Amino acid sequence: MIIETKSWEVTRLHVTRLRKRDTKKGSLLHIMKNCEYQQIDPRTLPTPTPTATPTATPTPTPHHGPVGDRPEEPKGKPRRKWHVFPGKNRFYCDGRIMVARQSGVLPLTLGLILITSGLFFIFDCPFLVKHLTSCIPVIGGFLFVFVVITLLQTSFTDPGILPRATPDEAADIEKQIDNTGNTSYRPPPRTKEVVINQQVVKLKYCFTCKMFRPPRTSHCSLCDNCVERFDHHCPWVGNCVGKRNYRFFYTFIVSLSFHTAFIFGCVTTHLSLRAQGGKGLVFALQESPGSAVELVICFFSVWSILGLSGFHTYLVASNLTTNEDIKGSWSGKSGEDVTNPYSQRNIVVNCCSVLCGPMPPSLIDRRGFLPADESVQTAGADIELPDLANKSEINVCTQGTKGLLESATLPPLLSTSCPQPPTDPTVNFDPSPEISTSCSGARHVHHSRGRASTPRHTKTRSKKNKRAALQTANPSFDVPVSPSSPDAGPSSKARGHKGDSFSHLQ
Amino acid sequence: MAREFHNLQELRHNASLVTKVFVQRDYTEGTVCRFQAKFPSELDHRIERTLLEETVKTLNSYYVEAEKIGGQSYLEGCLACATAYIVFLCMETRYEKVLKKISGYIHEQNEKIYAPRGLLLTDPVERGMRVLEISVFEDRGSSSSSPSSSMSSAGSSAR
Repeated sequence: MIIETKSWEVTRLHVTRLRKRDTKKGSLLHIMKNCEYQQIDPRTLPTPTPTATPTATPTPTPHHGPVGDRPEEPKGKPRRKWHVFPGKNRFYCDGRIMVARQSGVLPLTLGLILITSGLFFIFDCPFLVKHLTSCIPVIGGFLFVFVVITLLQTSFTDPGILPRATPDEAADIEKQIDNTGNTSYRPPPRTKEVVINQQVVKLKYCFTCKMFRPPRTSHCSLCDNCVERFDHHCPWVGNCVGKRNYRFFYTFIVSLSFHTAFIFGCVTTHLSLRAQGGKGLVFALQESPGSAVELVICFFSVWSILGLSGFHTYLVASNLTTNEDIKGSWSGKSGEDVTNPYSQRNIVVNCCSVLCGPMPPSLIDRRGFLPADESVQTAGADIELPDLANKSEINVCTQGTKGLLESATLPPLLSTSCPQPPTDPTVNFDPSPEISTSCSGARHVHHSRGRASTPRHTKTRSKKNKRAALQTANPSFDVPVSPSSPDAGPSSKARGHKGDSFSHLQ
Repeated sequence: MAREFHNLQELRHNASLVTKVFVQRDYTEGTVCRFQAKFPSELDHRIERTLLEETVKTLNSYYVEAEKIGGQSYLEGCLACATAYIVFLCMETRYEKVLKKISGYIHEQNEKIYAPRGLLLTDPVERGMRVLEISVFEDRGSSSSSPSSSMSSAGSSAR
């Protein structure tokens, strides 16, 4: 409760600040552009270009922040779609490789793996081959290659990003929402309910992508994309983990646990063999200093990685995502009789469907060429709409509380989401704080399942500070919000967006 | 009613886009790809109900085939895992093969059924598998309505 009050206070302060700024600037459009978010009024859409006559000079408008390396292409040369991709991603090799803009600590992850494995092959393998068996470097090499390949695949694969709605689609959805008979000043509801396997699932409207999110889809604020079957955004791999790369991620952490445990075991064996005959551990460490480094790294990482693998094995067996588990979507916390509608009720079938299911293709077609007349449309949120300041129905960043909604032209509504991309904060919350928790294993501390992880997570890496900073970047959204919020039901239909998004503030 | 177009080329060159109708996804069976069989009212006067329903039903069956979890998909998955998923870079997955079939089917449907009625289906994969987009065209030459391509409901445009 205290946390909820605090976040409301933070929001209110921010609103006041922006209100003052607004009067100075005196321009709704300015603030709208600042927050890079607008609701489309169907009546103000530019007339769609007929496909028969392409426009002469396409003008894709570059929006907030460059998308990685976007070179200025000469007018005549056809551009690929990744050039105008609206999310916060970086593309390399002409769109073949994509990573999140914030690559997090991927270089550190890669560096640690390479260094530890390198030291293992240099310091430990020769001794162990001589004294034990030559299988050791073979197994070690195989595990190392496996780990690196799966890590790179997790990082560079499209996690299942949903392309943003085209303007026509968005306008059609707006029309359908408006047609629910809402003639009052209140903003229309922004949730849709669907029954899946006798469970009521709420589909939320994504203000950034301008569409109703399919089930299990979530918007990642770090990447500014809606990702299908969103699990979490992992800073260790520098990418979101979603439908398309979950199996890579799972293979990565499982193989990394084996690899870490294997190295730890080999180093321990090596040092104990060296220390035999009364020579002592210090002597052994002096003879093989690299082993000391490996020992430290492996000792601190093996617990969290093993714990994380165990946790994800549980998730795979019950066909859950980290996002759903944290939110408690299907655990019946709200007292209702809820079960996971996606689970097949059989561990083996669940595992097979998650890990061995068909591999869906990437939907964003980043290497496709932009048709000349669609270069504006594919930019999605890049479109510059006409000045909507006079339109009374325009609700920019409509997620606000009762007080703010009383005057619809109030631009400060934007401010509630302005600190980060204006998406559903209940979902916004999920990736950022949990990236550190789920990936580091520290989440097990508050995870009540009492799995193999220990509450002792004394990882001394400096990166922890970085993660802590990342976690506190969103002070407003540190409250887990169950999607089945108490104000669900008729009130949510009428004011669904509001109740849904800020249920923790009410 | 728009005059008959003989093929897609003619449609693209001679017609102006009036509006787009969207068939949304049906999530009642979970996250599998499936489109609603509900017939959009805007197309009442443009195409027979059964034809569109048949198209949607066939598309749904293709998607079911693509996402089927069975012997072949397990083999594919296990082989991929054993090779650290490198096979995905080399070979075409079953899903991709079915998607190619779907795009061929949509093209064929457009040629045979939809273009003569002044409609055009867009492959859902080009719209992120979210919607089945049906573009409604009006012939420029016809005097029934101006080709001003406003976003008004298709009811007024379909004359």
